[in-house]
This record gives sequence, structure tokens and C-alpha cells, in this order.
Amino acid sequence: MTPSRFPTTTSPPTYSDLTLTINGEPHDVRLDNRTSLLDALREHLGLTGSKKGCDHGQCGACTVLLDGRRVNSCLTLAVAVRGRSVVTVEGLVGDDGDLHPVQRAFVEHDGFQCGYCTPGQICSAIGMLGEADAGWPSAVTPPDDSGPQSSDELDANEVRERMSGNLCRCGAYANIVPAILDAAGSTR
Amino acid sequence: MRSFAYDAPATPQEALQLVNGRADARYLGGGTNLVDLMRLGVERPARLVDVSGVLADSVESTPEGGVRIGAAVRNSELAADSRVRRHYPVLSQGLLAGASGQLRNMATVGGNLLQRTRCLYFQDISKPCNKREPGSGCPARDGINRDLAILGVSEHCIATHPSDMAVALAALNAVVCVMDHDGERRVPLDDFYRLPGDDPSRDTTLASGDLITAVELPAPSALTEHSAYRKARDRASYAFAVGAVAAAVDVQDGQVRDVRIALGAVAHKPWRARVAEEALRGRPATAAEFESAITRELEAAEPTRDNAFKIPLAARLTVAVLSGLAGVEREDER
Repeated sequence: MTPSRFPTTTSPPTYSDLTLTINGEPHDVRLDNRTSLLDALREHLGLTGSKKGCDHGQCGACTVLLDGRRVNSCLTLAVAVRGRSVVTVEGLVGDDGDLHPVQRAFVEHDGFQCGYCTPGQICSAIGMLGEADAGWPSAVTPPDDSGPQSSDELDANEVRERMSGNLCRCGAYANIVPAILDAAGSTR
Repeated sequence: MRSFAYDAPATPQEALQLVNGRADARYLGGGTNLVDLMRLGVERPARLVDVSGVLADSVESTPEGGVRIGAAVRNSELAADSRVRRHYPVLSQGLLAGASGQLRNMATVGGNLLQRTRCLYFQDISKPCNKREPGSGCPARDGINRDLAILGVSEHCIATHPSDMAVALAALNAVVCVMDHDGERRVPLDDFYRLPGDDPSRDTTLASGDLITAVELPAPSALTEHSAYRKARDRASYAFAVGAVAAAVDVQDGQVRDVRIALGAVAHKPWRARVAEEALRGRPATAAEFESAITRELEAAEPTRDNAFKIPLAARLTVAVLSGLAGVEREDER
């Protein structure tokens, strides 16, 4: 962990040399251990698509996919995601240059106003649809087996509950929810 | 934020060794609370020992017919586990009532148990707080205290424990498995948490360096399978509780054979309503009996200026959940 070209000290280092795998690309970085994944993306790797809203895990603007699961990158320490796969909004466009189906649905439904929360909304929606396709319940899913078994069985109420970790200060929810419902089923 | 060393040990034993005796070392799970508290300056560790890769991250069946939940299992995975949904619905519902989809994907079971109070004074280092800085005082008692405790309070602290999951676990008689240098010991959830008394700095009975490895649930029963969680909050979703109840009831021939009630957002720990439980065993399963029992429990409440509303709120939540589970009509629905 301590690079040999640095003098050894009695206290352990407070920085780390690590490889971050972002959108399939490995990046070798030296980071202060305090660096959040969000700051590593934005300030060290020039990937400014993920946004910093509250920096406390409350707004969801920083949402990225970590090993396919949506997480708040502001509360994730970069040093703790060594060896794992991170996908940001910059990595959603396919090899053919086409928008991801969720991105396309946001455009078609005008699911934004200022756009600041949009990268987080889109990454969160992709993660959420995957959770629904895995049969994961939400707080509004009935306790019996009558709830949605896949993302295309979600209704607006389910989408609102499952997306409650993404705030839109403009209040574009009226178009965000239909966009996500439209894209549901397309990500499997 | 204070700078810190980061270690990702390969085994739980190595993790214990790294934290051993260091008051300024912390285990790191999902980081959803710890990293935030570090950013706020409330926590200032000099070393983080990441245990998310060394603790079990699966739910296993136990020889006794229950389940053993690895401490690194993420909240979202536990909520979706088919055994949990079927046999311990209160736990799945409690988990899903907490935080957001993103945070549940990050938060571990061990870390959820150890999250700190959301009392505004605890989280604000510019103000005194006996929990954060012993002896500095409790401005919450005469300050902004609408969200704070009504049961088991002390003159030194009226903080509440914020976890929904822990309230559900309290109703399930869960056992916390804790590792130290001598091996693993089992701590019933009710003994795991403590009341503030004259030392609010300690949320739990854990000793410095203790590592949570798992949570075990006893074999399911008619009781656990008839269990539910209900949470009242200021928004429809994604907010801490102002009142919550985890309850389980086994009704036979119209009589309460057994019952468990745990209240959330009312105390320094998940509050097992043992007075109410005792009062209900063997009694007719009716809304009136439920109400009378929980009212007796809440006679011990010591509300502040702004949180007396929690007494009727906790009572109504309890009557509603028990009535729903028992399939009986509530007075106010007649």
C-alpha cells in the first residue's frame, strides 16, 4: 500500500493508489482517502455528468451504478470501490452511439426542466428497473404476491416510491414518472 | 474532514486486529451514515477499516429453522429475500420503509444497527450535545425537540434511534452476533441497545473494537408470519419516522395467544412495549383491548413541549397494526 519511492513513516498513509473502473475504462489514480467517488469522477477524471447536489445522500443527483446497483456516489469513498465497476451517465450510450432507452424516454417525455438532477434520475431509474425485474418489492408493494414481478408491471405509484431518493427541484416529476414507465421493460 | 488511513482487511480477525485498542478507528460498512458524519465533523476517525468485504453477505438458514443474516448483507437484498418476505414480513416492510433505493443498496445490516441519532443538535458541532461531547449539555430538552424521545429519556439526552430495521428486529427477538478477540458472542437485540441514562455517548452495549458479524432470527412461527410494520412520517416517502410500530400477533379463537410490539422514533432504542404485550396475552383480540394495553404502556411517557403528539400517534399506529393483523375492526372505522 505504501509506495516504495516514498519515505516510510510511522503512521499509515492517508492516500491510496488505486485503479477505478469507470464505464469499462480503467483509470489509475492517487487519491486522498477522503475523496468521495463523486469528487473522484468530477474533479480527477473529468466526468462531470454526475452532479453534486446536497453531498449528504439526500438528493440523488450523484447517483451512479456500482456493479449494476444504484448508489449515492457522494457517500461512497472512492478508495472503497477499488476493483468494482462504476457506470455513470457518460457510459450509458451504446457502442452504436444510440441513447439508452431510459435516456430516450426522458427526451421523448421532456422529463426535465433545468436538467441538473437528470443524470442521477436516469442512472437511478436504470438501477430501479433492474431491481423491479429482479422482483424486488417496495414500500408500496402489497405484502402478498400480487405486486409487480417485473419492471413492466410497475405503476406510477410504485415508480414514485422507488424513485423517492431522487429529488427534482424544478418539480418535473409529472414527466419523469411517465418517462420511466415508458422505458420499463426495455432494459431487460 | 480529518485525514484517515484506509484498510481493507482480508479476514474478520485481521479487522479486529486493525481496530484493536484504537479509539479513533472505525469499521466501515456501506458508509451511508459514517461518511456523512465525517463530513459534518461529528465523527473524526484516523483509520477506517472496511469490513464490507470480509463479513458474510448472504442470508443462511440455521439448524434451528431460523435465518442468519450476514452483517454485510445490504438492506435492499434483505428486504427482497423470499424467506424474509414470507416468514418475517415485518422485517422486509421495516427495511423498505427506511431511506431510499440507493441508500438501501449501500447500507449494510451491521451498519444499520449502528447508525447514530438524527437529533439536530448531535449533528451540529457548533452546538452542545451530551452524546457527542459528554458533559456539554443537552440543548434539545428546551430546544427543537418535536422529533425526539418520549420514553426512557434522561435529563442528559432525549435522542431517538433512527433505524426502522432495528425496530422490526426488536419485535422478532433477533440476536446480534458480535465478535471480539475471544470469539463470537450472542446479544439479544433488546440488550444490544441501551437507554441514555447518565452516559448518552454510548448507543449500544458493545465494547470498543467489537465487530458485528451477523443477526440471527429465531425459527418463524404463527407470530412472526403475522407481523407488520407501519411508519408515520412527514412525507409520503424517504423521511425518518415520527412514529413507527413493528408488531406481531398470534390470535386463536378470538384470543391473543401471543403478541410482540416494538415502537420506533419514541426512544433511544427500539422500544419493546412489554407492559402492553403482558396486558394483551390471553385477552380478547379487539381494538378496545389493543388500545387499553398500549395506553397503559404509554403512561410512562415523558414528552417535551413539542412532542406530546407522539403519544396518541404511537397508540393509534399500534391499534391500527394489531387490528389489521388480527382482522378486527377498529372503533374509528365502525
